[in-house]
Amino acid sequence: MALRTLTPLAVPGLVLLGMLAAYRSGADVFEALTAGARKGLETTLAVAPALLALFPAVWLLRASGLPELLGRLLDPLLARLGIPGETALLLLLRPLSGSGALSAAADIITQAGPDSLAGRTAAVMLGSSETTFYVIAVYFSAAGVRESRWAIPAALCADLACWLSAAWVCRLLWA
Amino acid sequence: MGPALIVLYAFSLLSAALLGREAEAGRALLEGAQAALPFAVQLAGGLCLWSGVTELLERAGAAAGLSRLLAPVLRRLFPRGAADPETLSALSENVSANLLGLGNAATPAGIRAAKGLHRLGVRDELCLLVVLNTASVQLFPAAAGSLRAALGASSPFDIVPAVWLCSACSLLAGLSAAALLRRLWR
Repeated sequence: MALRTLTPLAVPGLVLLGMLAAYRSGADVFEALTAGARKGLETTLAVAPALLALFPAVWLLRASGLPELLGRLLDPLLARLGIPGETALLLLLRPLSGSGALSAAADIITQAGPDSLAGRTAAVMLGSSETTFYVIAVYFSAAGVRESRWAIPAALCADLACWLSAAWVCRLLWA
Repeated sequence: MGPALIVLYAFSLLSAALLGREAEAGRALLEGAQAALPFAVQLAGGLCLWSGVTELLERAGAAAGLSRLLAPVLRRLFPRGAADPETLSALSENVSANLLGLGNAATPAGIRAAKGLHRLGVRDELCLLVVLNTASVQLFPAAAGSLRAALGASSPFDIVPAVWLCSACSLLAGLSAAALLRRLWR
């Protein structure tokens, strides 16, 4: 009971903790918060054009009925794995494009509701994974290495484990 | 991304025509365009607040503290890379920035570490670094929580324990796959 009433205070508590820690080491707390807000705005500005370009495409795709067909096609497989069929598009986009995955997750959460099982599963999947192929491309090309060897299969194993555990944990907690 | 978008539009139009959903599809395109900006604005609130907190933690020396805590773990994961002090500092900077969700700091440090590992000629450890960076190891899923908040969740951050569990599963699977594949790969 105590845990349930206190958890909503975890995030404000974390903010307080951060302010105390910075204050103790002599940093300007307000200046740090505004510098962070500026960085947040820069991040938003950096992703906003991609979202503006991708949202219409994802909305169009949803309305065309294709994801339902795809979902029905993949459903036997996804259902056996316990993954909600609504998240099929997110699973396909997540390793390839960060803003694409964000658009797909936003679409799923809008359609299914933020507190629905599919909506929560989509958010957990998004929060516990990365844009796998983008990361692989950036690191290997920056290091000047052409052969990625076993990095792709190992990274995809991690992604698969992420999808499966997200589906199971969410069903356990919120179904 | 260009060709993928063209395919996406083409298949959407085809499917809408075949399934008789022309009117919905036409409306949806503009609805999506209109939804994007308010969504980005909603998302910005959460991102700005959390960036402020990471800024506070960074100035309080949390990244440096985490790096010290991580050194023994990194010595075990990257025995040959960590023997080089410069590579070890890049590795720990990369992992601690990832843990704090400082994407802008994590990538340059990770690239420095990748170059170091490449210079040392430890190909398996380079692959491991990349796998670690593709599995998300954030302590606080700010973007996912802000996304839920932007779309009206009643308690946006109640997914945090679930995200921790999934991140751990994903990391464990990545490390196990790496341990297995580095033996099999020739």
